[in-house]
This record gives sequence, C-alpha cells and structure tokens, in this order.
Amino acid sequence: MSTPSRPLGPSMPSLSGIATRDRTPTVPSQPPKIAVDGLNFFYGDVRALQDISVNIHPNLVTAFIGPSGCGKSTFLRTLNRMNDIIPGTRVEGQVLIDGEDIYAPGTDVVQLRRRVGMVFQKSNPFPKSVFENVAYGLRINGMAGTRSEVAGRVEESLKAAALWDEVKDRLQESALAMSGGQQQRLCIARALAVRPDILLMDEPASALDPIATQRIEELIYVLKRDYTIVIVTHNMQQAARVSDFTAFFWLGKLVEHDRTDKIFTAPSEKLTEDYVTGRFG
Amino acid sequence: MISGTARRRAQDLAFQTVALLVLCLALGALAALIIDVWQDGASRLSLDFVRGFPSRRAEQAGIWHALMGSVSVIAVTTVIAVPLGVGAAIYLEEYGTRSRAAKLIEINITNLAAVPSIIYGLLGLGLFVRMLAMGRSVMAGGATLALLALPVVILSTREALRAVPMSLREGSYALGATKWQTIWNQVIPVAMPGILTGLILALSRAIGETAPLITIGAVTFVSFAPDSLWSPFTVLPIQIFNWVSRPQVEFQANAAAGIIILLLLLLTMNALAIWLRDRYQKRGLL
Repeated sequence: MSTPSRPLGPSMPSLSGIATRDRTPTVPSQPPKIAVDGLNFFYGDVRALQDISVNIHPNLVTAFIGPSGCGKSTFLRTLNRMNDIIPGTRVEGQVLIDGEDIYAPGTDVVQLRRRVGMVFQKSNPFPKSVFENVAYGLRINGMAGTRSEVAGRVEESLKAAALWDEVKDRLQESALAMSGGQQQRLCIARALAVRPDILLMDEPASALDPIATQRIEELIYVLKRDYTIVIVTHNMQQAARVSDFTAFFWLGKLVEHDRTDKIFTAPSEKLTEDYVTGRFG
Repeated sequence: MISGTARRRAQDLAFQTVALLVLCLALGALAALIIDVWQDGASRLSLDFVRGFPSRRAEQAGIWHALMGSVSVIAVTTVIAVPLGVGAAIYLEEYGTRSRAAKLIEINITNLAAVPSIIYGLLGLGLFVRMLAMGRSVMAGGATLALLALPVVILSTREALRAVPMSLREGSYALGATKWQTIWNQVIPVAMPGILTGLILALSRAIGETAPLITIGAVTFVSFAPDSLWSPFTVLPIQIFNWVSRPQVEFQANAAAGIIILLLLLLTMNALAIWLRDRYQKRGLL
C-alpha cells in the first residue's frame, strides 16, 4: 500500500493484446506464496475438489476459470478457510501459505483470514456508514489506535481501492446508498484496511456493469504490486485481461495451470483449449 | 383463452373480497369490544381510580395495587426471559450444530410455546413457590411468566437471526472477526428489529395472563402495592376478574375501567418496543 493514490489505468492492456503481450515469461523464482498439495474437499459425502495441487506466485494475479459448479469458488474459499463456516464440509491435503500449513491443528483461523482478505461475488457492505465499513476490520483486529490513526487508515484504504475521491465527502453516509460498483470497491477497501498479503476475489465483477467492471479490473492491475491476488471469474476475457497465471478447473479437478497467455493461446490440454475457445461451458 | 383470463380475474376479485371481509370482521369485533368496554368503564376512569386501592364500595375502589403488581411482575419477567431467551436463541442458531439433539431441542421448544399457560402455573407453584421457597411473591410470579414467555422469545429470536443474510457474516469473518465479534457487531444489530418484535409478542402475552398467577397463589384481594420482590401481589387481569365476578353492577364498571388501564399499559409497552425497533432500524440503515 505504498503510494496508493497513484493514478490508475493508463497501462491497462486491452483485450486484443492478449496474444502478443509479453507477460511473466517464466515461472517466478521466488518461493510460491500459496502451495497447495493433494487437496480434496467434501460437502458431506460429495467430493467437490479432487486432488488439487498448485503453486500460486507472489505479487501476481492468478485467475481461476471454469464452468459453473467446477469447484473454482470452493477452492478459493479453502485458501482462507471460509468453508469452515459451512457445516458438514471436510478438507484433506495441504495448503501452505508462506510455508505454513493453514489446516494444521492449532492454526489461528482469525489471524489467517486477516492475512488472506476476501472479496465476494455479491458486494456485501455492512449496513453501516462508509467510514465504519472500512474501520470495522481495524477495530475487531485490535488495530485501531487513536481516532486520527483510524481515519488515516480508512483514507489510505479508500484511496487504494480508488474510491476516496467519490466518497470523501460522504464518509458518514450509509454504505448501502452507494452504487453497486462503489459498494464492491468499498468491500475491497475494507479488505485492504487490515493489510492482508493475499486478496481472494470471488467473481468480484460479475454483478457489475461494464464500466464498474473496468474500474475493478484496473484496480486489480494496480493492487498486484502489493498483494498476491487470486480471482475467480467465469468471464474468460476478464481472466485474460487481468491475470498473469490462469488455472482451469473442470468437474472439481484442476486441468491446467500455466501462464495466462499460454492458457489462452497454446494450452497443453485439449479440454482447456475447448473451453477457452468457447466450445463448451 | 379470453374467457379463461376473465375467469381467473373473477377468482382474483372473489378472493380479494373474501380477504377484505375477514379483515373487517376481525377489526369490527375488536372495535365493538373496545367501544363496549369504553362505554361501561369510561365514567369510572379518573386519577383517583388509578391511584386508589381496593374497597368494598365500588365507587371508592381503585387499581393502583394491581397496576403496580402487573408492572413489577412484567419487569421481573423481562429481566429473566429476555437475556435467557435471546442467549439461548443465539447459542442454538449461531453456535449449535445441526445434530439430532439440536433437532429434538428445537421441536420441544416449539411444543413448549403451545403448552397451556396453567401448566406453567403448576410448574411455577412446584418450582418457585415451594421448592425455591419464593412464596407467593412478585419474584415467583415474574419467574413463572418468564418460563411462559421463554419459548416464544427463543423462537422469534432464532427466526430473526436466521433472516440475517449469510453474506454479512462472511464479510465479517473474512476480515478476521471472531464468531462473537461477528454476532455482536453485525448479526445482532441487523436482527434487532425482529428480536424486539418477538419480545413485544411474548411480553404482551405474559402481561395478560391470569391462570398461571392464580395457580401460584397471587392473591385476589391485596390492599397495597408490592414494595419488594418478595411481596404478595395481584395483577390487573386478576383484579378485573375479581370485579367481574361480583354481583353488584357498579363493580362491572370498575372491571371495564380496569380493562382500559390494562389495554393502555399494553399499548405503552408496545409503543416503547416499536420506538426502540425504529431506532435500531434507522441505525442499521446509516
């Protein structure tokens, strides 16, 4: 969250640039931010995820694509143990974040979720003021210092989410009075306020109009300098536009995970090719 | 095709008419009752009546002792039933698992809400008056009515908690909130209007109860207002019943006036709860 007020967007790639644009050419040399090994996930007796193993690299955007019900959202939610709150679910396998197994007994789930922020498909601002929405995470995590410190963090977070200019004069108004796109950016600001390392986004733009969507995508592009971002999307163009790596899920399995340009131009798997060229799904 | 539409429209209109008639019947009966009571009792309403104590002479009799009895008993009921009921509902809804035991408890609470109030009176007599040696006191009366109100409080609170969208909880958890922080900061404020509505219903039912209090031995003739939790007491419905059962016609007017006071007390309580609810709703929207 350095220089959060940096202007957005000029370097946004356009869709037509996918094939030729030079992205991360090789797998980065740093250790993976998230390393998943042999992950199985069960809703009751139904196995929703089968033997997923994947490395997610720091400070890059990884997109999960796949048809509805393929398990991409479920997988995303295993990364901050959000599925824990759904009764009757079970996880097998290992998820390492910075080398630590987040499913190891004794893991502090509350601390984990502070480090791994999440933005949901349907924006879910709290029925409170704009200010209180952003300050909430600080207060519950005991990060709220003096009044002016909180105000500073709120401003910083709203700027990082490219929302400050629109709401700075209405911080005390209800968050529910804002537009859908603003609400979603508020949810991003809210997640950023507690300074996570990783940001999980579950179809963050699927309920938004094209302009609001573009703003979210521009934001993702800027945020990846400071955060490791994992985004679930059913919109392949969006995956192509915003991500460095793409993982394709199919019936609860991870079919292919590679650099985004490779997935969209020369995938190794026939199934991936069929999906990204729109032959099914 | 067209005749089909006409028929469906006619059905629509017929149903609307029936619904309106039923509504008029219900409201009409209520209005008739209130008008009748008002005609009988309005002449007896006065400050002296409200501030007075029982008397053999109808025109000197007042209702202060019973009014204070009702207010004290319902205060005890509120203090016991609200925290216990809301707490139990939060546990069952937010912490409890969907086990077989939980389902059994749920069914039993639903059944308890339908148990005749006199059964609670017998329980109160055995448990509070005798076993816990509270005697025929305000405390025993309030505790008995709290038992009666608990199932309704629990059920309505659970309903209100269940109506809070999951997405709100997830948003809070995702920021690193603990379960309690989520419940306290997000769930309860949103559920509060619903919880208060349930409390209104439960306490309104309790304040009109007569049978369980007679069972535990609330006296029908007390000539003083309760001065402590351990005083003997009477309540408005019992006093009204006492007057109604007298042969002298003057006491009938007292009974009607007593009913008006009881209705006013009920309306005051409801108004307070509605005011609280609206305040929460406004705060929720800010």
